[in-house]
Amino acid sequence: MLTTFQMQALLTAAVWTAGLSLIAFVLGGAVGLLIAVMRVSANRVLRGIAFTYIQIVQGTPLLVMMMLAFFGLSILGFDLAPFTAASFAMVIYSSAYFGEIWRGGILAVPKTQWEAAECLALHPVQRFWLVIIPQGLRISTPPTVGFMVQIVKNTSLASVIGVAELTYTSKLINNSTFQPFIIFSVVAVLYFCMCYPLAWWSRKLEDKLNVAHR
Amino acid sequence: MSPIVKLNNVSKSFGSLHVLQGVSFDVAAGSVVAIIGRSGSGKSTALRCINGLEKINSGEITVCNHHLHHDVTRAQLRALHLDVGIVFQSYNLFPHLTVGQNIMLAPRWVRKQSKPEAREHAAEVLRKVGLAEKFDAYPEQLSGGQQQRVAIARSLAMEPKLMLFDEVTSALDPELTGEVLKVMESLARDGMTMVLVTHEMAFARGVADKIVFMHQGRVWEEGGGEMLSAPQTPELRQFVGNGL
Amino acid sequence: MTYTFDFSFLAEYWPQLLKGLAQTAQLSLLSIIFGFLLGTLLAIGRTAQSKLLRRVCAIYVEAIRNTPLLVQMFMIYFGLASVGFKLSAEFCAVLAIVINVSSYTCEIMRAGIESVRKGQREASDCLGLTWLQSLFLVVLPPATERVYPALVSQFILIMLATSLVSQISAEELTSTAARIDSMTFRSFEIYTVVALIYIGLAFVFRLGFWALSRLVFPRLRRLGTPL
Repeated sequence: MLTTFQMQALLTAAVWTAGLSLIAFVLGGAVGLLIAVMRVSANRVLRGIAFTYIQIVQGTPLLVMMMLAFFGLSILGFDLAPFTAASFAMVIYSSAYFGEIWRGGILAVPKTQWEAAECLALHPVQRFWLVIIPQGLRISTPPTVGFMVQIVKNTSLASVIGVAELTYTSKLINNSTFQPFIIFSVVAVLYFCMCYPLAWWSRKLEDKLNVAHR
Repeated sequence: MSPIVKLNNVSKSFGSLHVLQGVSFDVAAGSVVAIIGRSGSGKSTALRCINGLEKINSGEITVCNHHLHHDVTRAQLRALHLDVGIVFQSYNLFPHLTVGQNIMLAPRWVRKQSKPEAREHAAEVLRKVGLAEKFDAYPEQLSGGQQQRVAIARSLAMEPKLMLFDEVTSALDPELTGEVLKVMESLARDGMTMVLVTHEMAFARGVADKIVFMHQGRVWEEGGGEMLSAPQTPELRQFVGNGL
Repeated sequence: MTYTFDFSFLAEYWPQLLKGLAQTAQLSLLSIIFGFLLGTLLAIGRTAQSKLLRRVCAIYVEAIRNTPLLVQMFMIYFGLASVGFKLSAEFCAVLAIVINVSSYTCEIMRAGIESVRKGQREASDCLGLTWLQSLFLVVLPPATERVYPALVSQFILIMLATSLVSQISAEELTSTAARIDSMTFRSFEIYTVVALIYIGLAFVFRLGFWALSRLVFPRLRRLGTPL
């Protein structure tokens, strides 16, 4: 079985996993909102840029993005710790998916809401930010929370550039103990404990939304 | 002549709700029986019981020599469905199949007809409901009335001995009910045994050989078309008064 | 910044990259086909009458969906080896991806199956179709057509996820890239090229799945409207 020291190492690693997830969610969310707004904007150029961005990011494996961030940023002269490079890749990755999810939510707001806002004499920008965006984000809350599960799981890819998160640490431990079933099961359980509550919450939110729309 | 359908003291409840309480009536071969009554009177449930869609709690139903009790098996139900066709209020056409494919599906897979055979037969029943030219259309391209006629054709293609109609015109606009009723009328003329649950009083009076009035899960009154003009019970009098 | 980009290694190594691309495509298609089949089977189990069967399928799906693919892959590759099963890295890779994908496909197909109204089942029962016939002729075709876009998104994600198998030293595009990197030290350039290849492959896959949808859903081909 695992020693106390190994258990401690895993828990520390879990903190890094959680931290990386949080960064991806907060910063990725901020960039993602910008992408979503560009994606539904009336300006064709902005729409095109956002569309291309999403296509490129969603067409590249996260693993390759990790490599690009790691090697690319050092070329640009930033001598980065692996964690910073991993954060950078995660933010880019999650922003594209958030952009797509929230675009769907914004488009799902009924046309009548636009009309109603217009009849209240709201300025177009006000209509968008006061009436449409709040509703759109609310509609997309379940998939947003659902995507957070993907974020947590995908931080495991940061292990390939040497970030000492859960997966990396578990590999190290396995190399010295060679009890793969035990160590990877423990790690799987740790991931499960972080992901399942999110998945459960997402489903609850969805049920609530479905009831409200019935 | 022995009846083709016989309900004997049939009871059915959903939880504490007693929908059918000792219902009995017969349907003679070649006749048309209309079941009328307020919504919640159990008339649709009675029809669904005849086809085994709902399992009964007690009593017995005999349909085309199939006996249905409370513990009917899947195989028995399948055998029953080979003899009995049903048309639903909501058509229930298969949206991913064309009209022709909808009709040919069961004859090919259940009756094991060859494709040309099934095709010819499908075209024939489709002609019967007046939609020969819609063979290759998809359900969503048709009006409600047309979809319902296709549903009738789909049932006919299995050459049932008995056909059930569950409020088949209730979901249709008034101007579309006529075309469906006309098809049903011609079926009746051809001698098809039919049991229908309906709100169309004029149609029931004109076409049905027997009318069964249900109220609170019981057969309240039954008789020929003339019974609507001379109701014996206050409930039927009130129902007819509202209906006509 | 004094870095000069140098893509000259491509002249020598492009045949290897092409081979890696072919391996990635093959790995992806295998995983998609078997993942879809297993996932559909699970979805049928997930909507079955038996409460036990539903429960078992649900636990499987939740366990897989809430743990990383990379960890699952390590568990299968290193784990099976540790108890004496010497399986090739490629086989373990496909096995891990199929298991992973099946749980996602299951949830998508379940939503599709549940979107088919009860009346459809009743109508096919009343036409005398058996349970299996009505499942394959009446329920699954429209269910699949309805959730097809979600399935395609999932399949593209699988294709991208095959890059993870480089971590258990199976041969494909990303592991090829790592090998070229170790010989040329042109890390950024090689991964840029590989990213472009993946983007191109994702595009080709999308196109392919679009064409497939026109082939297998005749209603969609004729009417072009979502079901």
